[in-house]
Amino acid sequence: MSRDIEMQTAENTDNKVRFRATGFNPKANPVAAWASFFVVIALWQLGSSTGFISELAMPSPVAVAQALWQLIVSGDLWRHLAASLQRLAGGWIMGTVAGLIVGFMVGMFTWARSPGVALVSALFPIPKIALLPLFIIWFGIGEPSKFATIAFGVFFPTVINTFGGVDNVQRNLIRMGQSFDMPMWSVIRKIILPGALPTILSGFRISSSIAIILLIAAEMIGAQYGIGALVLSAGQLYQTDQLIAGVLVLSVLGLCVSWLLGRLDRWLLAWR
Amino acid sequence: MRLTIKNVSHRYDQVEALRDINLAIEPGEVVALIGPSGCGKSTLLSIIGGMLAPSSGDVLIDDQAKPEGCLNPLTYVFQDFALLPWRTVAGNISLVLEDHPLSKSERDVRIEEVLAQTNLSDFRDAYPKQLSGGMKQRVGIARALAVRPAVLLMDEPLSALDAQTRILLLDEFSDLFARTGMTAVYVTHNLNEAVRLAHRVVALRRRPGTIKEIHSIDIPIQDRREGMHELVSHEQALWNLIRDEAIAADKELENVA
Repeated sequence: MSRDIEMQTAENTDNKVRFRATGFNPKANPVAAWASFFVVIALWQLGSSTGFISELAMPSPVAVAQALWQLIVSGDLWRHLAASLQRLAGGWIMGTVAGLIVGFMVGMFTWARSPGVALVSALFPIPKIALLPLFIIWFGIGEPSKFATIAFGVFFPTVINTFGGVDNVQRNLIRMGQSFDMPMWSVIRKIILPGALPTILSGFRISSSIAIILLIAAEMIGAQYGIGALVLSAGQLYQTDQLIAGVLVLSVLGLCVSWLLGRLDRWLLAWR
Repeated sequence: MRLTIKNVSHRYDQVEALRDINLAIEPGEVVALIGPSGCGKSTLLSIIGGMLAPSSGDVLIDDQAKPEGCLNPLTYVFQDFALLPWRTVAGNISLVLEDHPLSKSERDVRIEEVLAQTNLSDFRDAYPKQLSGGMKQRVGIARALAVRPAVLLMDEPLSALDAQTRILLLDEFSDLFARTGMTAVYVTHNLNEAVRLAHRVVALRRRPGTIKEIHSIDIPIQDRREGMHELVSHEQALWNLIRDEAIAADKELENVA
């Protein structure tokens, strides 16, 4: 039988092999992402305009936008935002620096490993906000207790991610450095630190989210300025438009922090 | 540089890995270590390189005879390359020079020199992920050569590579050893590599690893070619030497499994 006849016979009698490797491969669609925002806001506005959503319980998007504009032009937003950013940056930096130091020690030294892991495992599950009253007793109602709450909350995920990152550095790279007689400090600086960096940076995303949650909680107790204080006082006065505006500012703050960390990630891990 | 392995034994907890190894490696000599899986070849190499403390015995080096410009007498070439993914080719080579008292220009000269020797000059700014397995191993060799070592310690350097790359790199190793007269200890499972590159092949018995026989190959390295009749005979002789050990070691592994 010639090749042509064979091919023809196959076409007449055989079934086509079905392609089966479909799905399980979701792809990002920026247009759909933005469209979903517009749809939610449009439905919200429609609900408010038709009276389906009570203005007192949930102000309309237009009312929220007006309240936000008022906060911007009066300068109140900047006062609240500046106070929050100071606390957020201060608390996050303190917790992160301490977490990195302890995380590196736990990751590298036998004497620090067992006590460090035991203490972190015991203290990490405590909801940090539960310790705010204790911090107020220790540090007073002012700024130090707020910084301490945020720092304490940031400290644990940073420790865990740092020592996890150090553990994940391939031992053969460390042994390679030692085989070339690299001093310990060089091994840490040139091999362990860059090797642990991807895990440390993903820990920053977790710790920054925790920091924002704790910031708002801390500002709801004894703070004159801050987005948390703004949201709390707006709620107490039934100014729900200002309350939602404050929440929107928090959402934007979270997005900005995430964007900054993304930039840091791309800059430090460009080799990936 | 002369290297003397004296009464070296090693245990991993209850497992005796090496027993009473005695071996002298002369300057300019390439010694291959072969033997069945688990016979302690890599353990012995780690002990020679100072990366593992032996349970007993010593490794002695003749420090007086270091080559000029030697920064690190015993230098490794790793099976899995051990390259830093965040550094370029030049950066990976520079890494092992940065902690030595060399000026930037001296460092650059050494880097360019070893890049040229390993045909990597066009890839100096590439990252490891952009390189093939063979190229990565060339970077590993360039890095080792940059410190101008007295003894090159090679732990199955071709085992992670495909067959074609392995043949190409084998020729390059052969050329390197013939050209530089470098002392080397070469661990391999591959008898063909051993007979192509080594002046002497040390066959180890299965665990605990002891020296079964030292097999000399008197053909100059630069004259050895793939498929050469005499080399095939040497390869056959080595296989006859370790065949029973390899079968017994394989059975032991089966029993463990």
